[in-house]
Amino acid sequence: MDGNKNRRQFLINTTALAASAALPLGVRAQTSTVKVGVIHPVTGFLAYSGNLSRLGAQMAIDDLNKAGGIKSLGGAKLEAVLGDAQSKPEVGAAEVEKMNESGVSAIVGAYASAICLATTQAAARHGIPHVVDVGVADQIVERGLKNTFRFAPGYKVCADTAMNDLVLLNNLAGKPAKTVFIVHEESLFGTGTANLLAQQLPQLGFEVKEVVKHANPTRDFNNIVLRVKAANPDIVIPANYYNEYALFVRTMKQQNVRPKAIYSVLGGAASSYKFVKEFSDAANGVIDVNHWFNPKDKRAWALKKRVDAMKDQFFTYEVYLNYSAVHLLADAIERAKSTKREDIINALASSTWDKHIMPYGPTKFVNGQNEGARPLMMQVLKNDIKVVLPNTYAESEPAFPWKG
Amino acid sequence: MFELSILWPAFLNGLTTGAVYALIALGLTLIYGVLHIINFAHGAALMMALYGVYYLQKSLGLDPYVSLLVMVPAMFAAGYLAYRYVIGVASHGRDENILLVTLGVAIVLENLALFLFKSDTRTIDTAYTFTTIPIGTAMIALPKIVAFFGAAAAAAILLLIMRATDLGRAIRACARERQGARLVGIDVEHVFAMSFGIGLGCLGAAACFLLPAYYVNPGVGNGFVLIAFTIVVLGGMGSFAGALVGGLLIGVVESLGGLWLGESLGQIGIFLIFIAVLLFRPQGLFGARA
Amino acid sequence: MFGIAVALLPAVSSSGVVLNTAIMMLYTALLGLAWNILAGFGGQFSFGHAVFFGTGAYAAAVLQAKLGWNAWATLPAALALGAAVGAFIGALSFRYGLRGSYFALVTLAFAELFRILANNVDFTGAGVGIMVKLDAGAENFQFSTKAGYLYVVLAFVLAALLVCWWLKNSRYGAWLQAVRDNEDSAKAVGVNVFRVKLGAIALSGALMAAGGVFYAQYFQYVDPGLAYGPGVSIEALLGPIIGGLGTLWGPVLGAVLLQLLGEGTRGLFENAPGLSLMVYGALLVLMVTFMPSGVLGAFRRR
Repeated sequence: MDGNKNRRQFLINTTALAASAALPLGVRAQTSTVKVGVIHPVTGFLAYSGNLSRLGAQMAIDDLNKAGGIKSLGGAKLEAVLGDAQSKPEVGAAEVEKMNESGVSAIVGAYASAICLATTQAAARHGIPHVVDVGVADQIVERGLKNTFRFAPGYKVCADTAMNDLVLLNNLAGKPAKTVFIVHEESLFGTGTANLLAQQLPQLGFEVKEVVKHANPTRDFNNIVLRVKAANPDIVIPANYYNEYALFVRTMKQQNVRPKAIYSVLGGAASSYKFVKEFSDAANGVIDVNHWFNPKDKRAWALKKRVDAMKDQFFTYEVYLNYSAVHLLADAIERAKSTKREDIINALASSTWDKHIMPYGPTKFVNGQNEGARPLMMQVLKNDIKVVLPNTYAESEPAFPWKG
Repeated sequence: MFELSILWPAFLNGLTTGAVYALIALGLTLIYGVLHIINFAHGAALMMALYGVYYLQKSLGLDPYVSLLVMVPAMFAAGYLAYRYVIGVASHGRDENILLVTLGVAIVLENLALFLFKSDTRTIDTAYTFTTIPIGTAMIALPKIVAFFGAAAAAAILLLIMRATDLGRAIRACARERQGARLVGIDVEHVFAMSFGIGLGCLGAAACFLLPAYYVNPGVGNGFVLIAFTIVVLGGMGSFAGALVGGLLIGVVESLGGLWLGESLGQIGIFLIFIAVLLFRPQGLFGARA
Repeated sequence: MFGIAVALLPAVSSSGVVLNTAIMMLYTALLGLAWNILAGFGGQFSFGHAVFFGTGAYAAAVLQAKLGWNAWATLPAALALGAAVGAFIGALSFRYGLRGSYFALVTLAFAELFRILANNVDFTGAGVGIMVKLDAGAENFQFSTKAGYLYVVLAFVLAALLVCWWLKNSRYGAWLQAVRDNEDSAKAVGVNVFRVKLGAIALSGALMAAGGVFYAQYFQYVDPGLAYGPGVSIEALLGPIIGGLGTLWGPVLGAVLLQLLGEGTRGLFENAPGLSLMVYGALLVLMVTFMPSGVLGAFRRR
């Protein structure tokens, strides 16, 4: 029965600690499987995103194995070594140590920037290639670590794209917007994004009326919405996590605050199918510059269909970014023709992979950052999320100013 | 700096938010005042209660306010049993151990919820979720106004129980003098368990009033624990009137503090008050001098 | 002899997992030893020990990142700051006669206060936090191998143990324990209760700050939640209570047990997130139920 199995597992884990003292280090050459560490915060306050991230990674591994595994290694299958970072950097780092011992050839993870900082560093000490799935803090790729590769964009690129797109959007509509109001969450991603926006928007011709920082969690947004009402900005720019974003937008609706646009940058709920499904009247019209899949790629839609069919799952960026990160890794292993960590690092560094479902074009890593990575601009229209900019990926015209 | 048109709604918002805080603190002040337990599991218990209200609505279609009739007794029962068979037993009456036990229980509950309900944030949609009532220049959400009256009613009911019933008298006796109460024949363990149960019953009520304006996920309780403790201390440990007034006061301070200092820094007002009360008037607004 | 045994560990095993676990055990033991000085020996339970930890961590991070100090130099600064914060909080709390749960709650409030401040002040990087620049080298208090870190944290723990040993056997320590056992009686026989308690909290604060410095150097990223959040405060008190309050080895034993418990339960139910932590919580409750005086207390006749 499970009880026995788990008791045994418990004993195994603790004795493994003692036993591993006697085992020599070293990655044994695996010819039949390639072990890939998958670390995410699947418990703790980041559990929601952590679980979606893990889902994306596991789906990718399953798909790759079904398609024949790593062909250059004789069809070797990918084996996921799952790790829970428990929403804490130190636990993430400890998991990396365990994965190192179990002989992983690479690691994918760890969703949150603070955790990624710790895991990439721990991995670097053992020379393990680490593909960062989401972690938008730019510090992650600015430390000169040779093993760290981020496939998706960081918040600087997202903020820059957002600002340029805002100018474009505004110009297209005849420049109706002049003032903005920024609401952001207090930690790394919100503060970093807000700082960039507050600095550069004035140079682009926008007046920043106010920048309001709020805690995580914030239980009530009525006062912030009051200030928005009083400032009467043309555009409200939120940068926060799902729960706060949803509460904020709902409160604005409740208090009848209707700016010309709610223009989010990495908005927590803005391009979330869950949010649109649950709060369609508050969600309609919301614009977001965020991670998104390539809407012109049929495979992305097929993947979405599979995820939609799963109970209580949504096709969020955590899912497809991890899906892509694992495929990026698999492609590198294919080309490296080896499971040795240094070979995989070199293969990643020289990657030009373009067979992904993201709007990134061919991959190109410079100092660990994929230069091709970029966010897209989406808008919730008629209870669905549509890409509106740039034109190469647009599915719909943007509706700006919003008259809903 | 801020015109009345902003101050007035902020004040009212603070009052209504504070009412929900008060509901949560009512239970905690009873548990602390009588049992001298710093209940780390209070937030987790609130979270479970919120899930209860959520599922009652999802599967049985029960309106959250109707669920009061279900949740309050259910939480009461849960609290009674938890104290009688887990907390009271495990702690052997030692303060530091009770702390650890409630901490352990909190971890178990939070992860149980994670396992059972997954980590998604859930909200309910009722006809009145978006309704607002104008009060002067302010537009206050209806669920919050209901919460305000609910909190006042709950405090009144609790006061009544404490003053006018035998149980209330027994509780007050046990709170003041444990050994003495035992000597006059009061079943102290039973009274403690009843107190814990009532404390959790308050959480059941709090959950019914909170969910329409908020959401639930496994970690939702953590955001309320510190505030609840502050209110308990501010109002006076063991005082219901104190918890109510303290809750409203803290709500207003948080709201106005947020206006003046920004929502992030504004939280500081709460802790400055906490420290000031602890230093200069530890018995709180309504508590008796120890 | 304990020190020698641990110091030999890297020679026996070059396993990252073993070394990391050992480091985390020692690190947690350090936090517990610091907390125990105030709580176990001094009788004042603190729920907000993170306030000292965070001060040390930020001292290390800010002095290096913003003022270019050498990493080792930040250590004495952190110790001094930790003691100063301790003295400040102690002076206020003890002057106003806070004891028991009131004292515990005020420490909690201070930790939160500092967290909010750290989150809103540019100096600490506000919400963005501070990164300690990666620059491996012993002179930078960064080591490319785990062994280096192990030795450092071991040294810290040995120092803390020495302090605790001194507390058990010195006159000051006797005063402190007298205050813990019965404050009024102690005052009656002439102990300067206020000064004794103040000394304890300053000492406790300094050692806790050392833990913060180690964290900053090992993980190289500090933010308000990590530095001043309740997680650290809870971590500090779990070990001593489980291991045995007011004993010399209690915090160390508790730290070892808790790390083993954490490691043992972590991989248990891979596909069911949450179950393993549930087991952890349940085992915690069970441990307290069956060993109410901590592990060492169970072996001792009281």
